[in-house]
Amino acid sequence: MGDISMYQYDKYDQQMVDTRVAEFRDQVERRLAGELTEDQFKPLRLMNGLYLQLHAYMLRVAIPYGTLNSKQMRMLGHIARKYDRDYGHFTTRQNIQYNWIKLEDAPDILANLASVEMHAIQTSGNCIRNISSDQYAGAAADEIADPRPWAEILRQWSSFHPEFSYLPRKFKIAVIASDEDRAAMRLHDIGIQLVHKDGELGAKFFVGGGMGRTPMIAPEIRDFVPADELISYAEACLRVYNRYGRRDNKYKARIKILVHELGKEEYTRQVEEEFAHMKTLGLNPPVEELARITEYFADPAFDKDASDDLDLSDPDFNLWVDQNTVAHKQPGYAIATISLKPKSGIPGDASSAQIDLMADLAEQYSFDEMRVTHSQNIVLPHVKKSDLYALWQKLDEAGLAPANLDLITDSIACPGLDYCSLANARSIPLAQKISERFADLGRQRELGELKLKISGCINACGHHHAGHIGILGVDRKGTENYQLLLGGSAAEDTSLAKITGPGFDEDGVIDAIETVTDLYLKERQEDERFIDTYRRVGMAAFKEAIYG
Amino acid sequence: MKILTGNDLKTGDVTWWTGSDWSRHVEDAVDVGENFEAILHQEEASRRVNVPYAIEAEMTDDGPRPAHIKDRVRALGPTVRPDLTLKPADPEAGNWVI
Repeated sequence: MGDISMYQYDKYDQQMVDTRVAEFRDQVERRLAGELTEDQFKPLRLMNGLYLQLHAYMLRVAIPYGTLNSKQMRMLGHIARKYDRDYGHFTTRQNIQYNWIKLEDAPDILANLASVEMHAIQTSGNCIRNISSDQYAGAAADEIADPRPWAEILRQWSSFHPEFSYLPRKFKIAVIASDEDRAAMRLHDIGIQLVHKDGELGAKFFVGGGMGRTPMIAPEIRDFVPADELISYAEACLRVYNRYGRRDNKYKARIKILVHELGKEEYTRQVEEEFAHMKTLGLNPPVEELARITEYFADPAFDKDASDDLDLSDPDFNLWVDQNTVAHKQPGYAIATISLKPKSGIPGDASSAQIDLMADLAEQYSFDEMRVTHSQNIVLPHVKKSDLYALWQKLDEAGLAPANLDLITDSIACPGLDYCSLANARSIPLAQKISERFADLGRQRELGELKLKISGCINACGHHHAGHIGILGVDRKGTENYQLLLGGSAAEDTSLAKITGPGFDEDGVIDAIETVTDLYLKERQEDERFIDTYRRVGMAAFKEAIYG
Repeated sequence: MKILTGNDLKTGDVTWWTGSDWSRHVEDAVDVGENFEAILHQEEASRRVNVPYAIEAEMTDDGPRPAHIKDRVRALGPTVRPDLTLKPADPEAGNWVI
């Protein structure tokens, strides 16, 4: 076991990944030699995260529950520099995507990833995808336990699980361990919240959430599953879905449709029946294995004498600390978020030089750890407060210190029509124009917490359903058109946004957002956030302001 | 007019059928009319292109312009990264897409 507070591959993990690289290398050679047709090859490349997108092959690399060490991050930078066009795109599922991959390079890239305990397995296809979690896991002051060991156990359980490799549709699981939901937990196929009951650790299960063309909030189906039975309960949830999920219609194949159509009570009854059966089979992971995995996530060697004092005399630093850092469980430390949302920038994009720098800074200031957030930023989870100023100065020099976490310019945007073959409209230009329209930081802070999320099609990779303000790009007779939505939330007060009315062109939707924020400032009471005012005032007033 | 497009098998580059080969530049694309199925089959089999297909386009003074914005983005490159497009020196190139 090393000094890093994260899981490290054992010989079985490494062998599985190395074997897959060798297998895929052979498959690529056969495809290039004409021994496999594209129809035969496509499912094989997708199992390794290799898509064919608008401009080239796109590789999606899994970052388990968004956790990275500096060696891994440097490898991501190396791949961007050597095999792509000098940048990578951090995604809304805590992964990274490369947009310009050559098929002939893909096996070497996967071998590079395997050398640092990474892969692209199960980043596509109708299987259990990368487990997501709270980006502050293991550091948050408000968590009741560290969710990462459970996310790792779920990762190991779901990797190459033979029963769940051909589900009716893709399947996403999130694990959190605090009442504040920073992982959009209830918008996952299964959301797991670790809780205590009578002093025992266990989990609440929420099943059947999701975004896409039919957004739904996952209902709670169990208020407590003992922690050592968590995997068996998840398996029971999957078994019922795998048995009865709609395989006849792709658009009705997600578990949310099954739960909705059966009803929460009937779905839960079937899960409980399956769970009771499974408990007789003894499929819970061995206690020793749970202990072995948990041990990897021990706290790093915090300085117990670290001071909470902070010199905030530099006003720009003061703003960054106020906006981009949050309380750490360890006195004298803070959690710092590196915003990948500069003015006019592309949300989630980072150059290889920036990727390298973030790796260096994590090594120097954060016990070698980073997290990717579903909001497409990077977190340094364990920064000593006395190091924050030096860290901020280095970030600022590299354009990585926008003090805009959770503000209107910290928008989520999918790649949209600039990169994605599924998209109907571009997303990124909207994010850029909004960052320019609202560039003044004082104005952003006056607006306060405002989650703005942009998708270029109904698949909702940009989480527009969960935006306080959401934008959905559509194709209207061959031109881009944008629908405006209000009232969504991915947090513990999960809600789905509603469409305001007729859509707009690009400039029109940005004007409409300004109208909406102006009304908020006029109507807000005391410390209300935008979403609070919207919920109190209602859609009608906002519609009236937008459309007259 | 109808033109053929696909992606280069090895590199994934967007390519356009010139009548005898595949080019990265949509300006080189030729009208294949309605009799393109045989070309698609032959070219896919030869592994010079991956999943080729026909799209609608109009002939302009600058050459063929795909009818749908998605194909125009494919033809130029991402509008948000002019440096990565086929016309990095032309700041107005993105207007052709829109």
